[in-house]
Amino acid sequence: MTDLSTPSLETPPDLRGSGGTADQAFRSTSYIAGGTVLLILGLITYTMASRSTDALSHMGLDFFTSKRWNPPGEQYGILSYIWGTVFTAFIALCISVPLSLGIALFITQVAPPWLKKTMTYVIDLLAVVPSVVFGLWGVLVLSQNIKGFYGWLSDTFDGVPVLGTFFGDNPQGRSFFTAGIILAVMITPIVVSLSREVIETTPAFEKEAALALGATRWEMIRGSVLPHSKGGLVGAVMLGLGRAMGETIAVALVIGSATGQITLNALAPGNSMPAVITSEWGEADSLKKSALIAMAMTLFVMTILVNVIATSVVNRSMKKSRGA
Amino acid sequence: MNNTKQRLVLAGIVSLALLATACGDDEESTTTDAVVTTVDAGTATTVAGTETTMAPTDETTMAPADLEAELNASGATFPQTYYEEVIASFTDANSGVTINYGGGGSGKGRQDLADQIVDWAGTDGTIKEEDIAGFKGGEVLYFPTVVAPITVSFNVSGVDTLNLTPDTIANIFQRTITNWNDPAIAAENPDATLPDLDITVVHRSDSSGTTGNFTKFLEKAAGPDATGVWTLGTDSTIEWPADTQAGEGNSGVAQVISSTDGAIGYVDLSDATDAGLNFAAIQDKAGEFVEPTLEGASAAAAGAEIKDDLTYSAIWADGDGAYPITAQTWIIAYKVQPDAAKAEALKAFLNYILTDGQELAADVNYAPLPAELAAKAIAQLDMFEIG
Repeated sequence: MTDLSTPSLETPPDLRGSGGTADQAFRSTSYIAGGTVLLILGLITYTMASRSTDALSHMGLDFFTSKRWNPPGEQYGILSYIWGTVFTAFIALCISVPLSLGIALFITQVAPPWLKKTMTYVIDLLAVVPSVVFGLWGVLVLSQNIKGFYGWLSDTFDGVPVLGTFFGDNPQGRSFFTAGIILAVMITPIVVSLSREVIETTPAFEKEAALALGATRWEMIRGSVLPHSKGGLVGAVMLGLGRAMGETIAVALVIGSATGQITLNALAPGNSMPAVITSEWGEADSLKKSALIAMAMTLFVMTILVNVIATSVVNRSMKKSRGA
Repeated sequence: MNNTKQRLVLAGIVSLALLATACGDDEESTTTDAVVTTVDAGTATTVAGTETTMAPTDETTMAPADLEAELNASGATFPQTYYEEVIASFTDANSGVTINYGGGGSGKGRQDLADQIVDWAGTDGTIKEEDIAGFKGGEVLYFPTVVAPITVSFNVSGVDTLNLTPDTIANIFQRTITNWNDPAIAAENPDATLPDLDITVVHRSDSSGTTGNFTKFLEKAAGPDATGVWTLGTDSTIEWPADTQAGEGNSGVAQVISSTDGAIGYVDLSDATDAGLNFAAIQDKAGEFVEPTLEGASAAAAGAEIKDDLTYSAIWADGDGAYPITAQTWIIAYKVQPDAAKAEALKAFLNYILTDGQELAADVNYAPLPAELAAKAIAQLDMFEIG
């Protein structure tokens, strides 16, 4: 905000002389850079598509609709892994979104300046922790100690309509839910940083207007901050979702690696697409390798879809909030 | 023949270095440090060189370093600890040689060799027939290196030793036997006090040659062609029942077993020993219960039927005291080697593994090859061609 003050305009420096070549160089550099991204994306798509055909033609539509992943019988169905990916990402968002928004609002609207600085710093620090660290913590600490809590959840909600299914029988330390918790911890810093930036763009006059009309702090947040930053917040959450869906090693360590699991019981072990790819790649031959590449392709398409939907949601709500 | 070639190459390297045209070519970057060693080694070549290639005697490793190459390799993680050990002691004696073993799994090793990314690869299984065509460098030679027992480890309070038959193991891992006080287990262990405790089955979460060998044992000993109990087949990953647990790597499985009362799983001997786990004696072909030991593993390799290309399976092998779940592993490399310096280094390294290197195996819980098999592998060293 401070560095926006315009420098003295009286003496415009003469930059024209060498501008032509510099502009050309800059233009071609940026074109090449931009083109490279598209080229890489295209090459990845082409390689994956061409190397996944073996598995897809062997399995046909069963590849997506069967939940049997049985290498000795050359049966490769990824439905249960698609489910695991979606389910763990969903759990992660359920935990992370309220938490992240709460933290972001606290930092921007409530916290005193000294605390604000410290918290921002600590949360940004969390964002750079490598995922394998979370994974190891998950497998060595969390999954060992959370079993008792899971047992309590399972017993307490036994027979309750929705929660009874969600916190079902036979809870395991390594499960969809543990993976969801780890993912939530991993995506929270990203969602917080982005939300914080978005929320801070709320113009001061809108907030002041709300307060001047007699609104409390919460009414001000609800009435002016949230509507203003809705689009950006959705974008932040979607970026978090993208990371949650693609997370590999941390999930592989804590999800329990059970095959064929399509269940709403979050306390049961399962598996997700990235986790399967990373843990099975090392020993994969011919058809199995092709099946893993086809699975990667599926994941690729799913993340692209999420991003496309996210962009359109963001755009729509941006328009709405501008119109209002 | 090989000697003249080797000397020619060495002479070439020396003159190249003396001319100080140390322009980093891809395979060997000849630095000024290397010039000194090369020249030194060059003078010794006539003496040491003859010994190295002709007679793989004990002096080989003591001979001054006359080899100059960098070998890259990847593959099986199962023998990785052992390979790191032998690589360290081999390169200590041959300072001109650098060997990098990247691990990554047998499948990765085979693929890397097929694509000619590496000079040799470690693998726990043989190349599948449909993949042979993909090996760009032509025929591949198999060199068996070590064997090791895969234990069936368990954690049941009050039980230190167990006897298990293949059928019972198959039933446990298929979840048809789910409690430790099951009559089938009790019948095999009349002296043990088996608790009323649920069995937790632990398997590998990553696909692995260990899973491949363990399930191959069940397939051979209790599969459709045997007693018919085991129905899940054999591969580096199989479709385990959903109510089982998984751990990442041998150490991951060991960790789950040691932290879960009532757990049972398959772990290689070195990780099971490190984790302080108890392991079962397994009934062999002759009906005896055999404990997993290095001697039992070597006996299994001795009892296995060795094919002409030195592939064999030590799983469910014949022989007195042969441990039935013994895993084997190979180093694979192309028969026709494009680079003479690398080929000499590779031959010397393999020769070291098959002779003096065998003695290092026991230190890291691997079993040496039976002498007969090692001799066959040494004889195969002469099959390398330079082209």
